[in-house]
Amino acid sequence: MDWLHFAVFTLILFAFVISGVLFFIWYERRGLGRFQMRPGPNRAGPFGLLQPVADAIKVLLKEDIVPTLADKPVHFLAPLVAFVPAMAVFAVIPFGDGALLADLNIGILYIMAISSVIVIGIFMAGWGSSNKYSLLGAMRTIAQEVSYEIPLVLSILGAVMLAGSLSLNDIVKAQDVPFVLLQPLGFLIYMTAALAEINRTPFDLLEADSEIVAGFQTEYSGMKFGLFYLTEYAEALSVSAIASTLFLGGWSGPAFLPGFAWLIIKIIAVFTFIIWVRATFPRLRIDQVMSFCWKFLLPLALINLVVTAVLVLSGLNDSPWIAIPFNLLLAAVLIVGLSRQFRTGGGHAST
Amino acid sequence: MPPLKHFGEGLLRGLKITARHLGRKWITVQYPEQKLTMSRRVRGTDIIWDRESCISCRACERACPVGAIKMEVSRGEDKKLKTDDITVDLGLCIFCGLCIESCPTGVSIYIGYNYANTTYRCTHCATDKSGTSPSNGHCGELIRSNDELLPNDAVRPRSGYYRPERAGELPPQTLLVYQTTYGEDRRRKKESR
Repeated sequence: MDWLHFAVFTLILFAFVISGVLFFIWYERRGLGRFQMRPGPNRAGPFGLLQPVADAIKVLLKEDIVPTLADKPVHFLAPLVAFVPAMAVFAVIPFGDGALLADLNIGILYIMAISSVIVIGIFMAGWGSSNKYSLLGAMRTIAQEVSYEIPLVLSILGAVMLAGSLSLNDIVKAQDVPFVLLQPLGFLIYMTAALAEINRTPFDLLEADSEIVAGFQTEYSGMKFGLFYLTEYAEALSVSAIASTLFLGGWSGPAFLPGFAWLIIKIIAVFTFIIWVRATFPRLRIDQVMSFCWKFLLPLALINLVVTAVLVLSGLNDSPWIAIPFNLLLAAVLIVGLSRQFRTGGGHAST
Repeated sequence: MPPLKHFGEGLLRGLKITARHLGRKWITVQYPEQKLTMSRRVRGTDIIWDRESCISCRACERACPVGAIKMEVSRGEDKKLKTDDITVDLGLCIFCGLCIESCPTGVSIYIGYNYANTTYRCTHCATDKSGTSPSNGHCGELIRSNDELLPNDAVRPRSGYYRPERAGELPPQTLLVYQTTYGEDRRRKKESR
């Protein structure tokens, strides 16, 4: 009954993503409020729980405005091109042992390939709006996301090498010890690069409201804007899910909770970290973002890749009690050592 | 060995600070339900006029830089000045306090302690048809006249501005620097026990 499995699981995934996004919107606004010593939305429903619902209804009822000079088909298609891949990523995320829509043997490659398409959607939005701010934001996005894809993939490769498989279900099964302990550097690089990939603070250059209005979203309203909003949080959800699957042990955990509950707990933990980062750091300049990627993250990811390969071949990772402190120490040494070499130019041209 | 610097420890320090903020109480006030006690010397948005002590000299009217105060004064049978009509247009008033400083009696015009002039519905149009107020006939939500200006410490308390003796009666201001964290509250509770 393959088609039944697909139909039911697609429905479950849709429900999961939509409710997850609604929860995330509420959770982020409340959490950010707590970080900034204010209550956050607290009017609609108990603890403001109905605020995302109210927002969704508002967005649905708004007028859909298309600029006169817009490239209309592109303007119309852009939110869909951005939203569908963000949704499709969830097809290979396991919620339990084998409980996933499609157990692809190239699962993580599929995620990387699919999530790259979101960039095209965002660039279509920036191009189709015929607005200089939209185009500026979209151009920044292209530069940033194409660059950060490389350290992202390289950091994931560490986990893939440890597990010896590209299927996410097999990677989870291979984690007797969560890979964050064997791959601390890989996890840090993944989180940094993923924050840049999903355009969250401190890498939210494409919708830097203080510089370029709202970036690519400037000319969007109504349901199309809603789709972009949904995409943003669905991306955050997918990044949290991938991080918890690859590095934090996914659905595996003590048996008193079912697998999907562990996954959800881990997703929320990772998202809390993302909110924490957002509440703390200011936005970077585009040249800082680029030089941080090419001069710091990429060498670090490459070194991490080589070191992990050596460790896997030498069999050191088979005995976790030696491997964990060794890897943590190695990560600290590499970060400190490479940061000696890293310079951004300090805000003025160096001569 | 020189101290180990610039490996990204600033990021960690920032994260630590924001994490510490999590335990603090929030400093925003849910306005219509909760209100902060204002400074005792606040210039509120009420003008209070005392009919008994007023000598109808029109000093406040002349002192007003925007002409918000209008007085009509006549001499009664005993040759004393009396105020027939006084209106204060709170839409014009800039709450500078010059009327108070110019008042020769020193007590007959006050600035109020209230700061909320908003009303939910424009009620004066239908009801306020009596008196010689210029607000008759049109909506005068922000134009107060005659009896509406009289002191009433229950509804419209007077401010301590320019009145140090009055300031002593008012409650002390709530200061957000005295805001405690949850941890401090728990410690204080333990100590008091």
